Amino acid sequence: MTEKYLLEVKNLKQYFPVRVGTFKTIPLKAVDDVSFAIKPGETLGLVGESGCGKTTVGRSIMRLYEPTGGQVIFDGEEVNKKSIQKLRQGMQMVFQDPYSSLNPRMTVEDIIGEPLDVHKLYENKAERREKILGLMELVGLNAEHASRYAHEFSGGQRQRIGIARALAVNPKFIVCDEPVSALDVSIQAQVVNMFEDLKDKLGVSYLFIAHDLLVVHHISDRIAVMYLGKIVEIADADDLNNDPQHPYTLSLLSAVPIPDPIKARQKQRIVLEGDVPSPLNMPTGCPFRTRCRYATEQCAAECPQLTDRGNGHFVACWNK
Amino acid sequence: MTNIDEHGAPVKKPFSMHVDLSQFEPATDAEKMQQEVMGESVTFWRDGLRKLMKNPLAVFNLVVLAIIILTIIIAPMIVPYGYADMITIDGMRDKGAKNLAPFQWSEAEQAYIDAGGKLFPHIFGTDGLCRDYFIRCIYGTRISLSIGFFASLLVMCIGVVYGSISGYAGGKVDLIMQRIVDIIYSLPEMLIIILISVVLDATLKFNGNGILAKLGTNMISIFIVFGMLYWVSMARLVRGSVLSIKNNDYILAARSIGASPRRIIFKHILPNCISVIIVSTALQIPSAIFTESFLSFVGLGVQAPMPSLGSLANAAREGLSSYPYKLVFPSVIICLIVLSLNLLGDGLRDAFDPKLRR
Repeated sequence: MTEKYLLEVKNLKQYFPVRVGTFKTIPLKAVDDVSFAIKPGETLGLVGESGCGKTTVGRSIMRLYEPTGGQVIFDGEEVNKKSIQKLRQGMQMVFQDPYSSLNPRMTVEDIIGEPLDVHKLYENKAERREKILGLMELVGLNAEHASRYAHEFSGGQRQRIGIARALAVNPKFIVCDEPVSALDVSIQAQVVNMFEDLKDKLGVSYLFIAHDLLVVHHISDRIAVMYLGKIVEIADADDLNNDPQHPYTLSLLSAVPIPDPIKARQKQRIVLEGDVPSPLNMPTGCPFRTRCRYATEQCAAECPQLTDRGNGHFVACWNK
Repeated sequence: MTNIDEHGAPVKKPFSMHVDLSQFEPATDAEKMQQEVMGESVTFWRDGLRKLMKNPLAVFNLVVLAIIILTIIIAPMIVPYGYADMITIDGMRDKGAKNLAPFQWSEAEQAYIDAGGKLFPHIFGTDGLCRDYFIRCIYGTRISLSIGFFASLLVMCIGVVYGSISGYAGGKVDLIMQRIVDIIYSLPEMLIIILISVVLDATLKFNGNGILAKLGTNMISIFIVFGMLYWVSMARLVRGSVLSIKNNDYILAARSIGASPRRIIFKHILPNCISVIIVSTALQIPSAIFTESFLSFVGLGVQAPMPSLGSLANAAREGLSSYPYKLVFPSVIICLIVLSLNLLGDGLRDAFDPKLRR
């Protein structure tokens, strides 16, 4: 291995027991055998439709759920119950909903200062305040608002508070769980640009989870596409955009709106037939085969593995 | 570039950008700052108090309670009689001062006043043992109120800790803890109180003049029973609100920061269900006072000669046909306290419960 990865996820599995009947439970495979790696300073975008397990991947990495199987290695150290408390200083999370991710009974100062309190990262009150004000300035918040409560801020400002909280411990890696999808478009741009600025300034890596391909393409170095708990394609952002291989990626890309009516009219949309299968009752073989127009018998028999198609472009498909 | 119609107004082209940028000028920094101005910061407590003060019924009851509390603090300093002492004149016990009506003097007192002496009036009269009834009522109120207050505090502490642990832990822990609650819920409290006070009476012997000895073992058993039995409804309430708060993203955020469960419960969950806790504690006080009065009434309350409102009412039963006012005074005080606390509790709920916000 020549390259050193900041975060390696190996065969991560996250099953949730679902009760059917009185005693019987069956596993819901939210994340099934997912592997990827992120280099220092790199941003990996993770896209997929609702319910495909994107958020679960992020939360399993942060050990908010106890994974059913697999390994997460952060900065050369395996993440487990023992090491997570220490490793949480190195990785943090930004949440989707800026309205429910901030405690309404705490002031902004206390919200941002909480990671500092938990990890005891200051000597005295003055140092704590100085650090908090520095973070607020970093994310473009007015320092005068430190003693206010979260409900007094707009959605964009609230998300900035959440980002400042994640940055408080000086992390190397941040899981961004759909950080912009709850914001309106003009604010989205501001926040995404801020993420990029922070990356340049602080050298952090992101796992950027979103369902908006345009946003992900803008911010990511590489993009992973998820479908029903599995990664179906990973490639460089531009590579994926220009030369998508997996039929699911193709249909996702064809659904991206183009802000040009003439081009949009010429474009052909690949509309998928049917619904996403229930993760409780997954199709055999390739999870996508029920909606794939290239599906063959081989797809039903065996699940395709991610294979390198050159230039770091991995695809899990038999036919492409 | 702008077309003018016959009225001199620019013609608007639908679906086109007809904003003429030359008519705009960039905002100055001062103007940008104006956009930053936010409303006055209102904390949870100030907001709740403001709402409470707008509720005339709640304010009225707050005043009534304040008057009662001030009276029971100040009155024993002014009234020269003791709750357990016979009325004396010049160091002589006044055996004639028995069952006096309000503001009535006994013969010996009248003679003393006629001779130029000064005496404090018996505002509520005297009881059958020649004791000033007003001061007994005051002490009774003190006992009843403080029992109500401390019992509710006890209930709150136990219920909040139990309920929040049960709700936060969830799963099997929650299941077992809730079954314990169910079992306790089904115990007959009267029986337990009688049993405990009998057992405690035999085992605990208070000597001397300590406050515990004055209150008697019955009072201790009332506290134990409150501590053992009455917290369950509080625990259920707290568990319910913990369960709903637990699902918020900020709890997840706190966990991802690495906060300990203890910190999450005390810093994130409990501050957010404080309204439930305040309101049910406020409503617990009158119910505790009621229970205490009832127990004293059936003879399981405070040790004589210490009065409580319930035992005063019980004592007044004997001479009900001759001295009905003796039952009226403690009963009215109980009603006043319980009613005003209940209405204040309702006012607090309206003020602090976010679900009832209009």
